[in-house]
Amino acid sequence: MSWRQRFSRWDVKTAPYLYIAPFFLLFALVGLFPLLYTGWVALNKWSLITGNQGFIGLANFQYVLAQPRFWDAVTNTFSIFLLSSVPQIFLALGIAAVLNANLRAKTFWRMGVLVPYVVAPVAVSLVFGQLFADESGVFNAVLTSVGLDPIGWHSDRFWSHIAIATMVNFRWTGYNTLIFLAAMQAIPRDVTEAAVVDGANRWQTFFNVTVPMLRPTIIFVVITSTIGGLQIFDEPRLFDNFSLGGPDREWMTVTMYLYELGWNSQRNLGRSAAVAWLLFVIIVVFALINYVITRRIADSDHRPNRKALVK
Amino acid sequence: MRSPLMRGAAALAGLTLLVTGCSSNAAPSASSPASDEKITLTVATFNEFGYDDLFAEYTKLHPNITITPKKAATSNEARENYFSKLAAGSGLSDIEAIEVDWLPDVMQTSDKLMDLTGDDVKGRWLDWKAGAATTADGKLVGFGTDIGPEGVCYRSDLFKKAGLPTDRAEVAKLLGTTWADYFNVGKQFVAKSNGVAWFDSADAIMQGQINQLPNAFSSSDTEEVLIPMDQNQPVKDMYTSILKASVDDKLSAHLQQWQPDWTSAFQKGKFATMLCPGWMLGVIEGNAKGVEGWDIANTFPGGGGNWGGSYLTVPAQGAHQQAARDLAAWLTAPDQQIKAFKAKGTFPSQVEALNSPDLLGVTNKFFNNAPTGQILADRAKAVTVNPFKGPQYFAVRQVLSDAMNRVDVTKKQTAEVSWAQAVKEFGALS
Repeated sequence: MSWRQRFSRWDVKTAPYLYIAPFFLLFALVGLFPLLYTGWVALNKWSLITGNQGFIGLANFQYVLAQPRFWDAVTNTFSIFLLSSVPQIFLALGIAAVLNANLRAKTFWRMGVLVPYVVAPVAVSLVFGQLFADESGVFNAVLTSVGLDPIGWHSDRFWSHIAIATMVNFRWTGYNTLIFLAAMQAIPRDVTEAAVVDGANRWQTFFNVTVPMLRPTIIFVVITSTIGGLQIFDEPRLFDNFSLGGPDREWMTVTMYLYELGWNSQRNLGRSAAVAWLLFVIIVVFALINYVITRRIADSDHRPNRKALVK
Repeated sequence: MRSPLMRGAAALAGLTLLVTGCSSNAAPSASSPASDEKITLTVATFNEFGYDDLFAEYTKLHPNITITPKKAATSNEARENYFSKLAAGSGLSDIEAIEVDWLPDVMQTSDKLMDLTGDDVKGRWLDWKAGAATTADGKLVGFGTDIGPEGVCYRSDLFKKAGLPTDRAEVAKLLGTTWADYFNVGKQFVAKSNGVAWFDSADAIMQGQINQLPNAFSSSDTEEVLIPMDQNQPVKDMYTSILKASVDDKLSAHLQQWQPDWTSAFQKGKFATMLCPGWMLGVIEGNAKGVEGWDIANTFPGGGGNWGGSYLTVPAQGAHQQAARDLAAWLTAPDQQIKAFKAKGTFPSQVEALNSPDLLGVTNKFFNNAPTGQILADRAKAVTVNPFKGPQYFAVRQVLSDAMNRVDVTKKQTAEVSWAQAVKEFGALS
């Protein structure tokens, strides 16, 4: 083998890795390194202001796990996540299906659903802050005008979660709709036409053909909204002007707890980093569970059908 | 002390600046700049310092200097930014405003700030104002800007309806000298007020009282030794009496300051009095636009009180420290602070300013033409206590504030239950 041949073979083998290397280098720098470094910070007594005060092993984790506040934060996070992500995905699927039909002024409607996503979260929070104010808010004014009791949006744990989930849904439903819509348009017409020829009605076509064929997209949306939902920060933080999650931390999420420990009351980066790692573990576990469940759901009943369709 | 993580973050921040083309300074020069060198100074403040016109005036005096103001919406936001970047060693403005409540932390990191001592500013401020920003070894970390001497603001129209005197001298006499007096008049008021509350927020009253304790949370005033919450009888007594006034005597409007409901309550006239430091006058005027009847009484329950006030610091990480010090010294000189007071109501902390006829002659149209300059100067002189605030002050104050609000605002707990929870939360701080 000549040198030239050898080089060409080496080139063929290694070039793909070189092409993807920039991403992984960047990831190592801004993703992996901070991740590991956070792990190191979590094992030390580390103050925001005075820096590293020495290795203390797992004490930070022990502290965090023993705090009722941490478990409150976990509960709040899951509550807000479920109240937002679940309705959001169903809504997005529904809206996408409607947008996929033959509408007049298609582009207008399609762009329309994306508008809330473009609005800055701070602006969204300001507007919703006026709507959800306990005494002077629009929603409570409507409730009292029809003779109902006003709702304590900022004093009742459950209702504060509903209010925050509403903001989240307002912002993200349109975004997920567009992803679903794109996937729906990629479904070949002949498949749906074949279903129609076989006598399926609209509902049957949607549930037996469209949804199964959206499987990878649904998994993608579920996983990304799980990650995003469990890391939720902006909306609950901006739900009042103190950004702590209420006097009893009614709507404090895990990321807000992390922030409070690290930057606000204790300025203890070690404990904050421990929370970050616990959150990371929770997210990984939960994303895996979701992955398995969504795969099952989208898979069952339709396996033969799907195999027939996918070459 | 500079961690690699922070350095990485700083480097990234620097990168972002480069990418977005926002880099503020040209080549940084370590030595003090020649007087005609063109430089840009960034000045970070929050809320309202009343400096907008002063910046223009300074650049006219010093044509080589461009000032880029940065204004954070809340002091909390500014605080987080300040400490993150101070630790990171870069990213701060040339002049950074700080609030008196951050001083405990700032003192811990005084090596990251320029020492501002100098003959030009000796004796410029009230003793307690400068003293709070001076380290044990005599380093001055910040130039005092404003202070928050407190009076009592009241709605004379609502007083009249409830059969109380309305004239500000009579009201001052009526309100008495102790907190018990203040609450007693409140009881008289709510008995005839038709649902209007006496004060806006229980935690605001706590703020007034806590600033009258020389050692609220620490048993020593040189180094912080936290008093366990369950053994802190003076604070527990305040807590109990204020919440009794709020819940049993129905004196509170059950609002939390700065929340939308509090802001809109000014328009609806939901409460009749408010503890008001000088800077609050502007806030009230803004929130109560169009409402007539606000006035201010030259008194404060329990002796004088100071709430808040700020300083200007010059971070040692800045490229133009000397020029920044010059600007900060000019801004905090008596003449300029009087102008800031006229613009935004931030009350000067400079001795000379307090006696200046220019200041004493100031009246406030919105507050029924009250001589606010004279009243606040009197209130400033009534302050005798310089409360000690250690590094954990902020955290403990937060625990107490949450406890108050669980009873006063969200009404989800009784005072006893909420206190027990506060004791636990205090335990979790260490």
